[in-house]
Amino acid sequence: MFGELWESFTDALEGLGSVVHFLFRLIVNSPRVLLRFNLISQQIFNSGALSLIIIVLSGLFVGMVLGLQGFQLLQRFGSEEALGTAATIGLVKELGPVVTALLFAGRAGTALASELGLMRATDQLSAMEMMAVDPIQRVVVPRFLGGVIAMPLLAAIFSVIGIYGAQLVGVQIMGVDSGSFWSQMRSAVSLTDVTEGIAKSFAFGVACSLIAVYQGYYATPTAEGVGRATTSTVVTSAVVILFLDYLITAAFL
Amino acid sequence: MRKSRTLNLGTGSFVLLGFAALFFLTTQTTSRGLSIFGPARYEVTAKFDNIGDLKVGAPVSMSGVEVGRVAKIDFDSNEYKAVVLLRLNQRFNKIPTDSDASIYTQGLLGGKFIGLTAGGADTYLKDKGQIDFTQSAFVLENLIGQVLANFTKSKADSLSPADATPRATEKTK
Repeated sequence: MFGELWESFTDALEGLGSVVHFLFRLIVNSPRVLLRFNLISQQIFNSGALSLIIIVLSGLFVGMVLGLQGFQLLQRFGSEEALGTAATIGLVKELGPVVTALLFAGRAGTALASELGLMRATDQLSAMEMMAVDPIQRVVVPRFLGGVIAMPLLAAIFSVIGIYGAQLVGVQIMGVDSGSFWSQMRSAVSLTDVTEGIAKSFAFGVACSLIAVYQGYYATPTAEGVGRATTSTVVTSAVVILFLDYLITAAFL
Repeated sequence: MRKSRTLNLGTGSFVLLGFAALFFLTTQTTSRGLSIFGPARYEVTAKFDNIGDLKVGAPVSMSGVEVGRVAKIDFDSNEYKAVVLLRLNQRFNKIPTDSDASIYTQGLLGGKFIGLTAGGADTYLKDKGQIDFTQSAFVLENLIGQVLANFTKSKADSLSPADATPRATEKTK
């Protein structure tokens, strides 16, 4: 009984250690890959530009819901004008980075994991090694860096679209005064709120991309293994994102 | 070649859009404008007994027009006063040296800001100058305390004669 528990504990520790080791390998290889920027550019397109539609649509609806709910709540206290502040702080600090990261894990993370897993399953990674091409440098690092660069940009786009969504509902439909919506927001939102959001989205970008490429790279080379790697990418990413979210929020308080 | 061109175009427009969004968030949703391209500024200090909850970045206004911002807040441990560094726009460089700086509240419960009232001197404030006439922040708690104190005092005053007179009249009867 205790033996099994101990074994699963050491297994978890070993997994964590190999993730950290993998991250160091990626970081050590990053400078050399940065010189071949077209590889990274392609991955920014794959995980960033192609995720744009889902990010924009979700941001719009999240902002609109915030506008509606915030209006209902603030109306009770007769302070509908604070809607701009409430929606912006909520979006920039929390919802923007977190929801974007969850969507990013679902849209781009799964694509990365299954692509790398399939490369592993069809021996493409081994073939590269045979040709003296380091698959870490040629395949893994560009995907990792692409995700790291794309994620903060996606979160910023999400927040901006969300703010306009809240403005659409609050100002255009519910009739909050447009001037006080923007001016109260400007006087209440500080630069640290925005920095906190950017720091969060950067950390989530590193975490999501790392988990996705790790799961894909070390996937069991079978059809089932690729499926499992994809699933555990989403599950692990979601838990790690919410855990990191708490840590960073506490650090900025 | 054709394919890589459209790909780079897509990546480029995505990155541009992302940075535009970041730019919007840092400049449009916060009160911090573009200080890099901002106009020339000069700094003056003012010492207050109490600044309430005045924050760095609060506006400094004259007749309701914003002329600068609070750049730094410090504490002078010799005089036990708050030292506020005001960064004023160079365009408003004709503020008399005997001008008065007071801390006001925006709206009923809004943030604090500094209002300058022009004095009558012929000399104008320069960089590293100091505003001597200041008026502390209006602290709501103090006012409530005073009102409560007055209220209880006047109640006590009005109660005691009212209590006394009927009894006195009864006794005389």
